[in-house]
Amino acid sequence: MNILYDERVDGALPRPDKAKLLAQLSDAMPSLEILHTLEDLRPYECDGLSAYRVVPLLVVLPDQIDQVQTILKLCHSNNVPVVARGAGTGLSGGALPLEQGVLLVMARFNRIIEVNADSRYARVQPGVRNLAISQAAAPHGLYYAPDPSSQIACSIGGNVAENAGGVHCLKYGLTVHNLLRVDILTADGEFMTLGSDALDCPGFDLLALFTGSEGMLGVVTEVTVKLLPKPQVARVMLASFDSVEMAGRAVGDIISAGIIPGGLEMMDNLSIRATEDFIHAGYPIDAAAMLLCELDGVEADVHEDCERVEQVLKLAGATSVRLARDEAERARFWAGRKNAFPAVGRISPDYYCMDGTIPRRELPKVLKGIDELSNEFGLRVANVFHAGDGNMHPLILFDANQPGELNRAEALGAKILELCVDVGGSITGEHGVGREKINQMCAQFNSDEITLFHAIKKAFDPNGLLNPGKNIPTLNRCAEFGSMHIHRGNLPFPELERF
Amino acid sequence: MRQDHDDSTSMMEQVSYALNKRVPLRIQGGNTKANIGRKVVGEILNTRSHRGIISYDPTELVLTARAGTPLTEIEAVLEAENQMLPFEPPHLGQSATLGGMVASGFSGPRRPWAGSVRDYVLGTRIITGHGKLLRFGGEVMKNVAGYDLSRLMAGSFGCLGLLTEISLKVLPKPRQCASVKLELDTHQALAKLAAWGQQPIPISAASHDGKFLHLRLEGGEGSVKSACDRLGGEALDGSYWSKLRERQLPFFDTSEPLWRISVPNNSAVLNLPGKQLLDWGGAQRWLLTDEPAEVVRLAVTALGGHATRFGTHESPFQPLPEPLLRYHQRLKLQLDPQRIFNPGRMYAEV
Repeated sequence: MNILYDERVDGALPRPDKAKLLAQLSDAMPSLEILHTLEDLRPYECDGLSAYRVVPLLVVLPDQIDQVQTILKLCHSNNVPVVARGAGTGLSGGALPLEQGVLLVMARFNRIIEVNADSRYARVQPGVRNLAISQAAAPHGLYYAPDPSSQIACSIGGNVAENAGGVHCLKYGLTVHNLLRVDILTADGEFMTLGSDALDCPGFDLLALFTGSEGMLGVVTEVTVKLLPKPQVARVMLASFDSVEMAGRAVGDIISAGIIPGGLEMMDNLSIRATEDFIHAGYPIDAAAMLLCELDGVEADVHEDCERVEQVLKLAGATSVRLARDEAERARFWAGRKNAFPAVGRISPDYYCMDGTIPRRELPKVLKGIDELSNEFGLRVANVFHAGDGNMHPLILFDANQPGELNRAEALGAKILELCVDVGGSITGEHGVGREKINQMCAQFNSDEITLFHAIKKAFDPNGLLNPGKNIPTLNRCAEFGSMHIHRGNLPFPELERF
Repeated sequence: MRQDHDDSTSMMEQVSYALNKRVPLRIQGGNTKANIGRKVVGEILNTRSHRGIISYDPTELVLTARAGTPLTEIEAVLEAENQMLPFEPPHLGQSATLGGMVASGFSGPRRPWAGSVRDYVLGTRIITGHGKLLRFGGEVMKNVAGYDLSRLMAGSFGCLGLLTEISLKVLPKPRQCASVKLELDTHQALAKLAAWGQQPIPISAASHDGKFLHLRLEGGEGSVKSACDRLGGEALDGSYWSKLRERQLPFFDTSEPLWRISVPNNSAVLNLPGKQLLDWGGAQRWLLTDEPAEVVRLAVTALGGHATRFGTHESPFQPLPEPLLRYHQRLKLQLDPQRIFNPGRMYAEV
């Protein structure tokens, strides 16, 4: 598989002495849990992108922040690569271990340090689960807005590293919009505070730079998030359409009417059917596309907005518009969307989830392109779409037990991402580059831009020890694989070995 | 009246020249933010002839324009579509440009509720300290490919590169807007704001002048009306907010040194001599005082905030502690190795 670390194109890695490192770590921190046998290491060989697996050199499970500092200092002085990992739910292989690297598991730092209702922030350790923050804030009528679909399990440290999104981003923003302060340890084990308890801080906006940097610039040790008052009410509408184009135009019409929905999701027929079979959410199985539009806020406004949106949807050609009658029906409408991935998992042995973003106006063109690619590669694609913010999640259906199908799925995925770049979009909206999209970075950025990314990395981690091989490809890698992506339509036969 | 013009070629030439001759550049747009930051000695690189809106699609909520585009032009185009820059950038002069808005990173009264300039930056084109014109980010709401260079540029005062083009997220204007003023002392006002902040009241600006709490409410007809009914007080002319944003209230009409204090929103009243004006629901405070910088900063740091001094001053921005300063220097060295872009504008060492 070309995606695993390949020293020929990704650069030489140090060769740490495992026994020596193990002895040094346990001498320095007798109470630190260190995993070093193959059977103990195996469970950590992948994150949420389970197609790619590497057994790490060692796994360390610190439960005190000063241990993290000691680990980083020791690894730095011994020139050992370190891959930080939170809950391991990431979908781009950002926490994929290295054979010659330490996997630093931050999951045990699961303490909520402070919920300050008057100042509307929560200060938490990096291993705290996303949803746990909102649960802790709930007694004050507050919550933490970003809600990636893995929010039950994913950790806030990982959310910072990936700049995680969710279904409410258009109105409430991404992780970067909802942070006040992040405390980190640098590559050489120094504490540093980015941002502040105030709304800004002196100097460059390193907090913005750090958010979404995928563990390449430092290790998160503490996070201060903004809390928002919970919307008084939330109503959700389900609209059916005879074509995806009409559904796409309806999204633009809602926004043109001056309304920013809390959530605005689109699903195509394949996703609707798979989901309805699984969840029985009451979805229109004959519709070519459906929209879920959630309006939230103060009751009087939501009521007004519902009326407006209903009119807009009807004018846009919706064949039916249903307002969830009560909280139970609203939950059911959402349950369908939130289970769309596992639902698709039921109709195919495997699926591969993409994460491209596009300007919304390009939706019909991109969906048509995906359809053509789907035929060309002989694999079905189900489309689930954060329609409000242009974030597509095409799910490529395949069977890993069929020789060549995984490779074909990967190649199809790569083409879809290039299509997104071609229309002015991005290869990743919220899942991150990680290892998965490392080659597609060469399609989105030219060599000078990639060189500047490496310069940023150098400012923080001159020895390149934090998460090597992720997020930013080497120019060698782009030379090897990048050209393949530029010649659209001339992709070498996907079964061919790709170095 | 629009004079769209792509001047990037001559800007590239000037940067190449500066790199070759090792001449520092003083980047200047409308020159409306000149009274903030340290003096830069260098040749002026003027961005004002690189102007014009390149694309604006109201249904996409995205606008892209050249750095020298006047802010007034951008706001007029948005206004025509009933949209806005939600962070209400202070112009501080007729000639304010988009590039200066992003480089200075200043946001107006709506900032605590709607976000800051950097929150709305989606993408940029930058001439780097290596003399290359590069593109980062883009015109989509969600984009996590590579490091977020675009947001890093916001508030960096031109020290990390020359902005040539910026894409911003914009938003529809609220349907309804009302302003009220309530007689409360500062302590009462801060306590009220802390309590209201935990409730779904559509406050979009809050300022206290020592005697009155000024509030703006924005949302739908229903929520604004019910909030007005609930809060009481007397009606306030909405021009208060633009005067506050532009520092045109009588408070600012003085020769005393002006400080911008950024603190956690419910911090107590600053225990410093001089006059204070609360903005951003308490998170931004304007202070007029003759106290020395060390005294002001000591008091503000104790609250977890920082203080910026307007006007001529050796240290206008709060000094950075180690290791932050070192990482600022390293970033500057990587992105602008010859220190040609606004050297020393923020800090002598950067």
